Amino acid sequence: MGVRSRPYGLAAMAEIELRHIEKSYGETAVVKGVSLSIRDGEFLTLVGPSGCGKSTLLRIIAGLEEQDDGEVMVDGRCVNDKRPKERDVAMVFQSYALYPHLNVFDNLALPLRTRRLSFAQRLPFVGRALPGRGGIEKTIRAEVEQAASMLDIAHLLHRKPGQLSGGQRQRVALGRAMVRHPAVFLMDEPLSNLDAKLRVQMRAEIIALHRRLGVTFVYVTHDQAEAMTMSDRVAVMTAGELLQVGQPEQLYRDPQDLRVAEMIGSPKINVVSCDHWISLGASLPPGVDGNTTHLAFRPEAVGIAAPGDRRLNGVVASVENLGADIFLNVALADGCGTVVVRTHPDGSRSEPGRPVGLQIDPACLLQFDSAGMRQRQAEQVGAAG
Amino acid sequence: MIARFPGRRFAGRVARHAILILTAAFALLPFVWMVSLSLKPPEEIFQADFHLWPTAFHGVENYRVALTAAPMFRFLLNGLLVCTAIFALQLLVCIPCAYALAKLRFRGRDTLFSAVLVGLLLPPQALAIPHFVMLNVFGLLDTYAALILPWAISTFGIFLLRQFFRSIPDEIIRAARLDGLGEFEIIWRIMIPMTAPALTAFGIFSVVAHWNDLFWPLIAVRREEISTPALGILLFRDDEAGQFFGPLMAGAVIIVAPLLVAFLIAQRRFIDGLAVTTMR
Repeated sequence: MGVRSRPYGLAAMAEIELRHIEKSYGETAVVKGVSLSIRDGEFLTLVGPSGCGKSTLLRIIAGLEEQDDGEVMVDGRCVNDKRPKERDVAMVFQSYALYPHLNVFDNLALPLRTRRLSFAQRLPFVGRALPGRGGIEKTIRAEVEQAASMLDIAHLLHRKPGQLSGGQRQRVALGRAMVRHPAVFLMDEPLSNLDAKLRVQMRAEIIALHRRLGVTFVYVTHDQAEAMTMSDRVAVMTAGELLQVGQPEQLYRDPQDLRVAEMIGSPKINVVSCDHWISLGASLPPGVDGNTTHLAFRPEAVGIAAPGDRRLNGVVASVENLGADIFLNVALADGCGTVVVRTHPDGSRSEPGRPVGLQIDPACLLQFDSAGMRQRQAEQVGAAG
Repeated sequence: MIARFPGRRFAGRVARHAILILTAAFALLPFVWMVSLSLKPPEEIFQADFHLWPTAFHGVENYRVALTAAPMFRFLLNGLLVCTAIFALQLLVCIPCAYALAKLRFRGRDTLFSAVLVGLLLPPQALAIPHFVMLNVFGLLDTYAALILPWAISTFGIFLLRQFFRSIPDEIIRAARLDGLGEFEIIWRIMIPMTAPALTAFGIFSVVAHWNDLFWPLIAVRREEISTPALGILLFRDDEAGQFFGPLMAGAVIIVAPLLVAFLIAQRRFIDGLAVTTMR
């Protein structure tokens, strides 16, 4: 994290600050008063279910969409009334949005041409003949080729986007974004059109690209695994609200909100309500406060034990063997839900149908109130006691 | 693919082609007749028995009369000029309109589009008299402008192109804005190349309609020097009706030929354009 050196080109500093951004379409509020500051050179991911307003927020940063209220600041200056091209941002889209009638070279060269050639030089037909254009075209060619070779697409420059595979198109889209050295990269679900294997590979390449360019990346995804593996910090959004911003491990271990806890981590965090806990005959862990309505724990915070009186008991419903880990789905009695337990493959094997007791590490138990907010004080009492 | 019922499949194909050939023949018959008549001497045209190929070949004379009795090349040139001007103006108006209606968000857009749809419903004949009066007020009757200006705005064109422009993903336009293109450059560099088949299809509709249009030139123009081909052909009929059927048909052949050639050249793109429309 922090400021990195910028070996590739000269990009400006870019701290982005969003202040109370509001946006609605007609009656529906899509972004509800989001404030967020993004550090220079940081890889920040906006993660949330589809329709939570994360893409809209990204487009507001880009200037493609106008917010109803609030300010977008870049390096301390308000850019509300600046058009997209003046904001020094580049964007990679989910559909790549390459120009299908232009070959890869022209796709990459277009942003440079619009910036460097004068209005007259860009005119159809006439522009080519104007003095000075040749020299500019030459430097553009050199820069496009440099970017293309960085992304390993130099051999594709003469192809049309329609003749490329998904991964190649993705690279061209990245190339078009980086060729003009923007201060900020905005990425809107760039990997969701790729197959699983390619997605993992491109993930690594985007991380490497971020290291190399050292500029600010704002990345939008609904895939928590992408958010966790790629980002310096993650911002979790739901229904237009920003729930929590933090480093991936912080969101995983210390979520503010039940919705954050449920969104981050795979398999999902186990949530058992206090009512179920009591109705199943288990004693509530020490320190559970009167406001607490839900108790949550990660699959790795649970161990399998013999069924016992004062603990949660259930029956193994299914076993998922992933090789390094085995996940047991344990069905609680009386239809009180299931709990996922991570076990080590070396441990004792469990077959479906076997009754088990759950041994939960009290230090890893998270408490939430009826609004889904974390009950920290109660937990501290519990940990002390 | 392996056909499970080769016999039935073959019969089906024969039937399909038979129907297509029959329909094509039906559509082509007037043309064949036109070409046939244009090659016959006057006596033979009115004979009771019909030969496709004339017994006495009179084609040279008919075509000579068609080309010399009236300034046929002048008509063709006028047709070319008028059609080109109309199409150019239509594009100039339709493309930005269609882009705005398809891709820009502004207050009253849907109302404006409804207005376009209403415009589509109006038959052009209904506007003939208002147009005539307006051209008279501006003193433009009996000029090229009278032939061109009433058609400069095509609601059909706006509608057709809007549908095509809508099919272009928003993300491409967003990308173009971020790449620094202005709205007019987006139209020129992105929208027009991406919808070339649609523009060709619209071009054919427009040129065919105005090349063949008789109604409006008949109202707006009297001078022979600025007559369009369809109007010019009337000269043959006016003189001595009946006697000049051969040259009249020869004139018709000459007038139709450029359109046929143009269509054959643009055929592939035209069909692409229509196919895309039906897919949406």
